[in-house]
Amino acid sequence: MSERDIPARIREALAVAAPVPGNGHGTARPTPTQPSAADQRRVLPAVGPSFDQQLALFRKNAAELRADFRLCKDLDELAAELKRLGAAEGWQRAASHGGELTGAACRALGLPALLTDQPFDKRELAGCDVGISDCDALVAQTGSAVVTSRSAGGRALSVLPPHHVVLARREQLVPDLPAAFALLKSKYGAGYPSMISFITGPSRTGDIERILVLGAHGPKKLTILCL
Amino acid sequence: MSTPAARFNQDARRLSADLRHRQIIQTAMGNYEVVRDQRKAAFQDWQGARQMAAETKWEAVNHLDRHLEQLARNLEARGAKVHWAGTAQEARDLILGILRARNARVIVKSKAMTSEEIHLNEAMEQAGYEVVESDLGEFIVQLRQEPPYHIVFPAMHLTRDEIKDVFQRKLGDAPSNNPEELTMVARRVLREKYLQADVGITGANFAIAETGMISITENEGNARLTAALPRTMITLVGIEKVLPRLEDLALFLPMLAAMGTGQTLTCYNTLYGGPRQPGETDGPEEYHVVLLDNHRTALLADAEQRDSLHCIRCGACLNVCPIFRNVGGHTYGTTYCGPIGAVITPNLRGVSDWKHLSYASSLCGACTETCPVKINLHHHLLQNRRNASRQQPSWWQKIAFKAFAPVATKPALWSLVTQMGRLGQKLHGLVKGGRLDPAYAWTKTRDLPPIAQQTFREWWRTRS
Repeated sequence: MSERDIPARIREALAVAAPVPGNGHGTARPTPTQPSAADQRRVLPAVGPSFDQQLALFRKNAAELRADFRLCKDLDELAAELKRLGAAEGWQRAASHGGELTGAACRALGLPALLTDQPFDKRELAGCDVGISDCDALVAQTGSAVVTSRSAGGRALSVLPPHHVVLARREQLVPDLPAAFALLKSKYGAGYPSMISFITGPSRTGDIERILVLGAHGPKKLTILCL
Repeated sequence: MSTPAARFNQDARRLSADLRHRQIIQTAMGNYEVVRDQRKAAFQDWQGARQMAAETKWEAVNHLDRHLEQLARNLEARGAKVHWAGTAQEARDLILGILRARNARVIVKSKAMTSEEIHLNEAMEQAGYEVVESDLGEFIVQLRQEPPYHIVFPAMHLTRDEIKDVFQRKLGDAPSNNPEELTMVARRVLREKYLQADVGITGANFAIAETGMISITENEGNARLTAALPRTMITLVGIEKVLPRLEDLALFLPMLAAMGTGQTLTCYNTLYGGPRQPGETDGPEEYHVVLLDNHRTALLADAEQRDSLHCIRCGACLNVCPIFRNVGGHTYGTTYCGPIGAVITPNLRGVSDWKHLSYASSLCGACTETCPVKINLHHHLLQNRRNASRQQPSWWQKIAFKAFAPVATKPALWSLVTQMGRLGQKLHGLVKGGRLDPAYAWTKTRDLPPIAQQTFREWWRTRS
């Protein structure tokens, strides 16, 4: 079967029109139009209009997801928080990348760091205690951190070490999913990174008797430090 | 006992009387129902969201040629290789060809129903490759050499003790039956496989035409690792998975999470738009996307049931189906089980062998009501019944209707027969439920309501 055949078969199959969804029982709907962000916002879970409401919603979602979310007033406090975490968990080796916030934070941490924006050995990354990355956005509606292979140190950094620390700025908080996709389009529309990931809590599974276990394959812990 | 229908009947009879099985499923579903309803309630307008999702899928499927060509063009522009597979055989051959060309030995897979559909694991194992499923549920059923029980929860039919047993037997490592400890055993074993694997194979939840991206939804991070560590990545995706625009995901991701697992958003929702790009230091050197038809175009040609290609495989219709909840996932004997499986399997694999699934329904309509993309599931089951009887009319039904028609059209004859029915039921009482009962097939497990002492016409004559 060549590339020509399947699209041709599809065109042939589509010769007869299918009824528009929601038709019947006395209602006649027009041909669907593509919903706008405003249309989506009408149906999606509600998000308050003010920054404080959105921050509170993100905090609530993060807590439900068992992610650790902390606001820091400046870079010094963020670095101190990171140091405290490292000492508490006994980090020996950290992995990170040369990002806007990660650079300063990792210098303050003072641990040997594997940088994933240079060629690296994946086994060495697997041996690191923590992966520290920047992000593109935090989504209040869902408690997600949005990372990409370009902005957050590649594909493996945010998922291979047992603890993922996301560094963010308050201005990066967006209210909802439509806003997050609009942001990705405006930031990367000219050339997308090969991976974009919405990370919503630490890795989890319910595959054994539907009982929640954290850290199935990805990080057991997710910490979000927000400046 | 070799036809699919006979096997279905046999397994359904056994499992619907298996109280332990029933207990496991009811417990799992009870928990799911609570969180699903919370997530649905969080939407400001769930019904509006369903209509919007149905319309977006309608657009995607009814202009599938355009969207697929755009998807392929955009993927190729960033260096992915796009392959078109008409049949299961072609898809297997394509993938085996890639494995040979890359000199692969170990293959790590994240969950893909399309791969179950084309029996990819068997083909790769026969060709000598080591194949490891990385989703925990899939890993467990792979160790047990079973197909997945449910399209979202592959191992939901197993207890922690059964999982401990199979880990002990196959991995020699099961410290206890504690779910957390068992999960950590799988984590250790699979970590090593990700690092060894030459090729990672994934499925897809959505394919975004506008930007040329494959969207994968998962909780464990296994698909993320499958897409990050091996040197080659392959995605096997059904052609119906297309969505027109990137922002359509703003609606579909939370709807899939709500209905699939009762979450606000699944833990990892990841878009892949190609192999490692210039300036990136990890990720696969090669990215292959295999677009799978495998009879989907036949389903597409049926305008009446075309909306069954809207399916996002959330599994919600399985979870509410009284038949699924009694007979379980394996009884169907199909890749896709439950109501959606009963609708599409006769169309994908042949009406004569699979029409019985259309009758495995009480037509209660719970599936249609729950479906987030508004597939008209229970009406399609009726249409399948109609199509089956058109293709293979039943001789005894023909005789029955030949006899019924003259009786029902002649009032005197009708009156005589209904009176005889009352007498007949009295006589039937003598043999009812026994081996001499001509209606034994019905009465051995069910009762018949008594025929009314007075017919409607008799009552009409005597009224005041």
